Amino acid sequence: MTHILVYVDHVDGAVRKPTLELLTLARRLGEPVAVHLGAGAQAAAEILGDHGAVRILAHDAPEYSDYLVAPKVDALQAACAALSPAVVLLPSSAESKEIAARLALRVGAGLITDAVDVEAGPDGPVTTQSAFAAAFTTRSRVTRDVAVITVKPNSAPVEAAPAAGTVEELAVDFADRATGTRITSRTRRESTGRPELTEAETVVAGGRGVNGAENFRIIEALADSLGAAVGASRAAVDSGWYPHAHQIGQTGKSVSPQLYVAAGVSGAIQHRAGMQTSKTIVAINKDAEAPIFDLADYGVVGDLFEVVPRLTEEIRARKA
Amino acid sequence: MTLRITVCVKYVPDATGDRHFADDSTVAREDVDGLLSELDEYAVEQALRIADESDDAEITVLTVGPEDAREALRKALSMGADRAVHVEDDNLHGTDALGTSLVLAKAIEHIGYDLVVCGMASTDGAMGVLPALLAERLAVPQATLLSEVSVAGGQVTGRRDSDAASERLQASLPAVVSVTDQSGEARYPSFKGIMAAKKKPVDSLDLSDLGIDPDEVGLKGAWTAVEAVAERPARTAGTIVQDEGEGGKQLAEFLAAQKYI
Ligand SMILES: Cc1cc2nc3c(=O)[nH]c(=O)nc-3n(C[C@H](O)[C@H](O)[C@H](O)COP(=O)(O)OP(=O)(O)OC[C@H]3O[C@@H](n4cnc5c(N)ncnc54)[C@H](O)[C@@H]3O)c2cc1C
Ligand SMILES: Cc1cc2nc3c(=O)[nH]c(=O)nc-3n(C[C@H](O)[C@H](O)[C@H](O)COP(=O)(O)OP(=O)(O)OC[C@H]3O[C@@H](n4cnc5c(N)ncnc54)[C@H](O)[C@@H]3O)c2cc1C
Repeated sequence: MTHILVYVDHVDGAVRKPTLELLTLARRLGEPVAVHLGAGAQAAAEILGDHGAVRILAHDAPEYSDYLVAPKVDALQAACAALSPAVVLLPSSAESKEIAARLALRVGAGLITDAVDVEAGPDGPVTTQSAFAAAFTTRSRVTRDVAVITVKPNSAPVEAAPAAGTVEELAVDFADRATGTRITSRTRRESTGRPELTEAETVVAGGRGVNGAENFRIIEALADSLGAAVGASRAAVDSGWYPHAHQIGQTGKSVSPQLYVAAGVSGAIQHRAGMQTSKTIVAINKDAEAPIFDLADYGVVGDLFEVVPRLTEEIRARKA
Repeated sequence: MTLRITVCVKYVPDATGDRHFADDSTVAREDVDGLLSELDEYAVEQALRIADESDDAEITVLTVGPEDAREALRKALSMGADRAVHVEDDNLHGTDALGTSLVLAKAIEHIGYDLVVCGMASTDGAMGVLPALLAERLAVPQATLLSEVSVAGGQVTGRRDSDAASERLQASLPAVVSVTDQSGEARYPSFKGIMAAKKKPVDSLDLSDLGIDPDEVGLKGAWTAVEAVAERPARTAGTIVQDEGEGGKQLAEFLAAQKYI
């Protein structure tokens, strides 16, 4: 059986949704084996097994949280040496892409990042990527025996598929260089209680038109009525109205929800790069010429301070 | 001792232009204007600030790209970098990320360095992997995706913000750094800077200067292959309504019809 390694993205054993999506994709290609690094493998094993992981290779050491990226590359390299997988799948987070790149170099694998789909093909996995702010779709494959592929969140469904989920200890020797970049302090982000932006089914984003940090409350109220995550344009973030962690676009988060609602966002190319693959796009903007309307499935030309509260009220009424 | 800083800068097609692919599935460069990747301006800016803070520093800007890529070097020189190196070779056409990292790493070693500064991602391929690949190839620490960076006493320190946390990092030189667009607005070249740039040296290197076998790079050397490229079908025109007091309600009806509420 062909082994497909799946790198587990988790916080102390709380597995994040994109990892479960990777397991769905991995099952199309071979037998999924999850690699869990750091604390919490037993907690993670259950959910990984429920979603198709036949085996879970686990290793815990302080190096994973005390040093940047390199120790995790050592561990994945060890897993590759042990199992000779055909494919290694990782989520497309900033850190995972760096891990993927260094791993590909070490194991002689081709590297594909930000895939939005992965299928089995005659010569190995075939990926779909979107390029140039999603104006193009490309299909690629790797010309080496091993493929390292990172996949964007929301690219595959999460499906239950019970498997053994046996936890095994992975033996890892850290290279001297693994400890080159020390993490001297860490401040965890406080949870907003709203869904994680990149994983959310619905995203409500505010732009420069929101015109002030205080006014973001009406964006949050709409988001809460829909159970959505809150996003912001760079203009809103640069103005200090909303934290950078919520920025959507080329230099922010890339989102691909079922529903994207943009209020007071013009739709610049760099913003579109981060949201254009959303399934349904809704825009509220007082300028009928704003480029966001070119993408919108439904657009309201109007003042967001009128439209958004009214919409929120309607949604609440319908849900009540 | 001179602090030797190399800044990697990429020449990319203008994002506001008509970007597309050529018949061989590589980026069509002839039909759209190129420029210095805007995110690499932040790298040049941080290099300039680091140089200002040190007793003695020299900044070399480095690009791997076709003849026109010289424009990216000129821009970086006019911002204040000291000299430039251009790796140009017909065999480089279609090189993938792993191949690009090989060429950049060899060139960086050729130049000699204490610190390599990169942008967070290019604005065309946008993989965000080159800095990590360079650290791997050069066997030095990576301090990447920094929104704040400083160098003192042979150490680089900085802040890296991720989904889950904000972290402070520390590594010894030599090291590879990449900086985000949160690191500080990039300066505009002054008229004096533009004039001075014309006199600054730009060295050209090819694959043989770097001892790289042409089979290791280009489309032939790539470990990935693009099989198909398709333009995304134009979105079917959506419904646009003018708010006359009922816009919010109409939108709610649309969302309900689509089963979002
Ligand atoms: C290298 C680079 C990277 C970038 N990365 C990103 C990125 O990741 N994300 C990003 O978003 N941008 C990014 N940008 C910036 C991008 O180019 C735009 O400047 C930005 O997206 C504009 O944000 P905006 O739409 O909120 O503001 P604007 O373009 O100013 O648009 C505001 C909109 O609000 C509307 N409006 C105003 N008042 C109201 C009202 N009362 N009711 C309804 N509508 C109203 C206006 O009609 C207008 O359309 C990047 C730029 C560069 C150069
Ligand atoms: C749409 C598209 C998709 C692609 N997909 C893949 C893929 O899946 N796999 C693959 O192997 N290749 C891929 N490539 C090719 C790859 O992007 C290039 O080979 C490339 O130069 C490296 O990646 P990047 O441009 O994404 O750089 P990033 O990793 O995003 O760049 C980060 C930083 O590295 C430096 N840098 C990058 N390139 C250069 C350069 N040429 N000269 C100087 N400094 C540089 C800059 O400082 C830059 O800010 C793709 C290219 C395109 C246009």
